[in-house]
Amino acid sequence: MNHTRRNFLKFAGLTAAGLCVASAGSVMAAATAATEKASEKALQAKRWAMVIDTKRVGTKETIDVLAKACHAAHNVPDIPGRQNVKWIWAAGFDEAFDQPNNFMDESLEKREFALLCNHCASPSCVRVCPTQATYQRPDGIVAMDYHRCIGCRYCMAACPYGSRSFNFMEPRLHLDLAKLNKEFPTRMRGVVEKCNFCVERLAKGKIPACVEVSQGALVFGDLSDPASEVRKVLREHYTIRRKPALGTEPSVYYII
Amino acid sequence: MKLYNGGKIITGLVIFLGLFLTPLAYNAGKAAYSQPKLKMPVNEKECVESKDFMRTKHMQLLNEWRDSALRNGKRVYVNSKGKEFEISLQNTCMKCHTNKAEFCDKCHLDASVTPYCWDCHIQPEGLKK
Repeated sequence: MNHTRRNFLKFAGLTAAGLCVASAGSVMAAATAATEKASEKALQAKRWAMVIDTKRVGTKETIDVLAKACHAAHNVPDIPGRQNVKWIWAAGFDEAFDQPNNFMDESLEKREFALLCNHCASPSCVRVCPTQATYQRPDGIVAMDYHRCIGCRYCMAACPYGSRSFNFMEPRLHLDLAKLNKEFPTRMRGVVEKCNFCVERLAKGKIPACVEVSQGALVFGDLSDPASEVRKVLREHYTIRRKPALGTEPSVYYII
Repeated sequence: MKLYNGGKIITGLVIFLGLFLTPLAYNAGKAAYSQPKLKMPVNEKECVESKDFMRTKHMQLLNEWRDSALRNGKRVYVNSKGKEFEISLQNTCMKCHTNKAEFCDKCHLDASVTPYCWDCHIQPEGLKK
């Protein structure tokens, strides 16, 4: 064979092409054929929502039962003072709803309301998060990825419902370490946290912890399904949502 | 050819080489590095993927698992052999590897890496004050 430039270039070109194909092939072979999928047991919806019957859970004690169940399931610390972390808590009418009334009927005046993250349809916290640590899932749940939270607290400023708490200190210092739920993580100092509508329970086919202990006073279901339990309850009762004028479209409804 | 300031240069070179080779001298005669002996699960023989894959790629796998479970809502992992696992560090990995100190820490300490998993995730031994 002649040692011409043409032959040399042909040979070099073929070799390079062969190396490319071989390495691509080996990369394809090395990549595992593994996939991820949703569990068959998982509860699914287009938009999860909750209806709270405030006539039935309308006192501090009854709401405390819900909070205890939730906070135990999610390892939420109880910190005395203003740095407390809360996923669900009790508040009066004026604090819960933007409709002050000087002459309210007595039962409503004394009633306490269970407040939690509203899992809004257009959540302002998601819009302001600079790292997309908080995001909206396709089923409407506003979830958080604590791995990504940098603790800037923009979401806390943006949330009109005060649903978010900041971990000013190491939360494990205020948790009973013997009674932790070992199926769920804790958080660390410097991240924001809030109610997650029990995504980890929904993934296993269970309803949220607070709904489970509410003895039917809390109803959970798919808002987009006209035949669902929540829609049925909403058809039958007068309900209001928190601060509807802000346009965030909360998914938590209160039977008054 | 003449080496100007030869004495100083050669002395300097000798000192430099001496310092440069101290780690070698320090470790001379010691046993070579061997991979730490890990405490393997008793009841389970196979991990979600092969041992080699897990040794080199468990960090990437955990990153994918996190995004899959949290962001895509897909919490079942189907491995290359078609077997299914729940995607969860605490509820899958640590149910077999029941001892962080005897498993995770051994290599991480040797490799001098400090992953932040355990800042939030609860180790199977539980937490102590």
